[in-house]
This record gives sequence, structure tokens and C-alpha cells, in this order.
Amino acid sequence: MSVVTFISHDGEKHEAPLEEGESLMRIAIGNAIPGIDGDCGGEAACGTCHVIVDDQWIDEVGRSTAAEEEMLAMNPEREPCSRLSCQMTMTESCGGLVVRLPEFQM
Amino acid sequence: MTRPRAVVVGASHAGAQVVASLRQEGWEGEVVLIGDESSLPYQRPPLSKAYLAGKSSLQDLVIRKSEFYDKHDIEVVQATVTRIDRGSRSIVTSDGETWSYDGLALCTGGRARTLDLPGGGLAGVHYLRTFSDVEAIRMAASPGRHATIVGGGYIGLETAASLRALDMQVTVLEAAHRVLERVTAAEVSHFYERIHREAGVQVLTGAQVEAIEGRDRARAVILASGESVTTDLVIVGVGLVPDTELAAQAGLVVDNGVVIDDVARTSDAHIVAAGDCASHRMARYDRLVRLESVPSATEQAKSAAATLCGRERRISALPWFWSDQYDLKLQIAGLNAGYDDVVVDGDPAHGRDFSCYYFHGGRLIAADCVNRPRDFVRVKHTLSKDLHVERAELASLLAT
Repeated sequence: MSVVTFISHDGEKHEAPLEEGESLMRIAIGNAIPGIDGDCGGEAACGTCHVIVDDQWIDEVGRSTAAEEEMLAMNPEREPCSRLSCQMTMTESCGGLVVRLPEFQM
Repeated sequence: MTRPRAVVVGASHAGAQVVASLRQEGWEGEVVLIGDESSLPYQRPPLSKAYLAGKSSLQDLVIRKSEFYDKHDIEVVQATVTRIDRGSRSIVTSDGETWSYDGLALCTGGRARTLDLPGGGLAGVHYLRTFSDVEAIRMAASPGRHATIVGGGYIGLETAASLRALDMQVTVLEAAHRVLERVTAAEVSHFYERIHREAGVQVLTGAQVEAIEGRDRARAVILASGESVTTDLVIVGVGLVPDTELAAQAGLVVDNGVVIDDVARTSDAHIVAAGDCASHRMARYDRLVRLESVPSATEQAKSAAATLCGRERRISALPWFWSDQYDLKLQIAGLNAGYDDVVVDGDPAHGRDFSCYYFHGGRLIAADCVNRPRDFVRVKHTLSKDLHVERAELASLLAT
């Protein structure tokens, strides 16, 4: 079974099964991954599903869209590979994806 | 040895978060989530937005699928809780079942405030709070038909925008002199009145509803001015009444909501509360505040779960809200209650993006940001850290 891995700010790893067609945020919420809130339900309105994509995966999943950029630009924990996980729809090729979580969500 | 049991009353946003957080916090006992709707906990904000406009399904709204509750050994029960017996630490449901608890979480939310006037109970008069409320509206909504919305608050205006997307004729009736009067500055109210009028919505302010008329179903809304608005359906969005009856009957302290402390505990050490039903004395504002917002429900629920697990996690997040109407994303940071001055950046009279900053005693307390996420994020961070921003310093905050 394909999985995605979330690494908390203090290094703890949490795996969740990959669900094709779902957003990464919905997968995190559905598996109670600590550190992802998804308060707005996937509207890119709250910034509480911020993840930092592993360097090796950024080309596969792509960089932040313009709408995400609006929410991420002023975030002090923003990194070059930051994304809002609600805007990342999972495909078959995302099996093995690794993302890190910031210390604080917005 | 019997396992301890946590009972969560209300399969709401708050209830869903309490049960998830209980497992995250390591609660090893039983977890029972009792709600009176037939569906698993679902997201309410999209009900007046994407869901009403036909852009999503119930499947999309469910916060967590049934597999989650199975995997984490969370029992979901459909029942109405009728009584709390604090002496024996148990609750009773309408079908006569008794559940004992070691920890109890009240996440009962609230219900739509009803219109107490002639014709208020006619067929064709709808409220908007639950999934089934919106199903009924969707059934009645079709292009060209006329919907009259009573109440120009966020729910009413979001509903107006969603129904315009379905090509309905829409009238909004607001009793006050401007829409959103209770929650925003005049500049923001007038902006939304203009946007809705430009979208073809008839917005009537100072429109006091006196009666709803119709033989078998609502056909006209009668105003105090004597004017009659003919209509096919009526949607009432005049606020929420917190469901606090269970708590009050059990003798818990209730003041506009179930009163909770900084760790979501009620006046009974074994009972916590979270969400729309809870009144929290917020240190930031030095008064009891009852918020109707998902982020606040989530924040309080996390503290409530930690408290039941014997850990301390304080409710501290800055209140914030959002509202989607047409292509406009409004994001609100902080509470503006008591503001005595506003500064508007942008051109709300003509444009489609601006921010409205609220000050009290010269200090920034909140902001409404329309299509300006960067302003919102900046203000949210600033206020979250309790940083003082004086009016004269606003320009430099905006320039950062």
C-alpha cells in the first residue's frame, strides 16, 4: 500500500495511506495527523494546513500556486518548498511523498 | 476492570475535533460521540457557500469518513441527549438509554433563531443551519424563481450569492440601516451592498418584516412599511441560539453560552464544553465571548480533549473568520467589538479588494480583509503575538 509521510516539527513521523484524488490536507485530517488543522475545509483561506515538501518531491508535486502564495508569503515559517496541503491533489505517483510540518500553523 | 469512558454530546465541528484529539492525546478508554443528525460530523461553513451553489456533495462535507471512527475505536451514536445526571455521572437519551461517563464534553452548538411572527411557520419558510435545511432549499431553488432572504448577516449574504449562482431572483431584507451592521464598519457594509446590487440582488435595508403571507405556503413577505414582496421561498438567517438547555438543567453556569475557563472546563470538573455553545472568558478581551466559528470550535475542542486527558492546553488562538461571496474572499482577524476608529486601505466604493483596520484607543484590534490575504496574514500574526500597533504605525506594518 502506498503511503504519505508527515514529519512533525520535532521529528516524529506519521504515515497515512495514499488516497488518489483526495487532497493531502483531507488525508491528514482523515488520519488525525497532529499539526494539520484545515480549519477552512480546503478553501486556501486559513493557512492551517501548511506543509514543507521534501526537496526530492517538489518537482513531482509542484510549487505553490498563486492562491497559496497569497497566504504563504507573509508566513514567518515559509520555506521555498512550502505548500498548502489542501491545494495538493494526490495522484498515483505521490506514493512515498514526504512532507515536514512547521512548528506553528497560522 | 472497566475502561474509562468519554462521552461527547454533539456531532459538530467541535465534537468531531474532541474525539480526534482525545485519541491524539492518548485517551485509552472508550470514546462515544452522540449526535442527533443522521450523518457523520460534517463541515457547516460550505452549506451556505459551495454546497448550496451545487459545487460539492455531502461526501465532500464529511469531516472524517467512517473508517476513521472504526480505526480509532470511536462509537458514533445517533440519539438526542435529554438529560445530564451529574450525581451519577451519566447522560440519558430520548430512547431511554443511559451512558455513564468519566469525562463529558458538551459540543451541542446551536440552532437557527426562528422568526416569531405571523406566517413564520408556513411551508416555504426555510432556515439554514443543517445539511437537511440546505437540501430542502436546494429542492426549492430553481432558475428564475424568487428567493427572499430575511437577514443581511453573513449567512444571508452568502446565501444570496449562492442563489444568484443558481440564477434565482434574490431579495435581501435587512432590518437595520445597513447589512452586517452588527459586525463590520459602514464602509464594509456599503461595499457588500454595492457588490450584491451589481450582481442583481435587490437589497432592502431598514426593512422590518411584519408577516409572511400565503394560503398553503409562503407567497409574500409583508414589511412594516406596508410594502409586500412576492416570493417563491423565504430563507431566514437572523442568527443562532446556543443549545445550552442540557447544561442549564444540570445546573452548570450558563451565561449566553456554557461558561468555560481557559482549559474548556465548565463549572463541573468532569464536564468540558467547546464550540458555538460555549462562553469563554478570554483574557485577550477581558470578557465572556461566545464565538460562532470553526477555528474557535477547533481550538476549544483541542483544549477540552487535553483537559479530559488530565493535561493542560490553554485556549489562546486569536479569533478569526472568513466569508465567501461571489469571487470575494473576506478574511477577518480579531474581534472589532468596541472599535472607535477605522482606517480603510483601498477603494471599497469602486474596487473589489481592500482592508478595513479597526482601532480601539489608538491600538489595532482587528481587520476585515477583502481579497487581501497578505494583509490578513500580517494582521493575524501581529495580533496573535499581542503586539501593539498604533494608528500611526499602520503604514509601516503594511509596508513590511
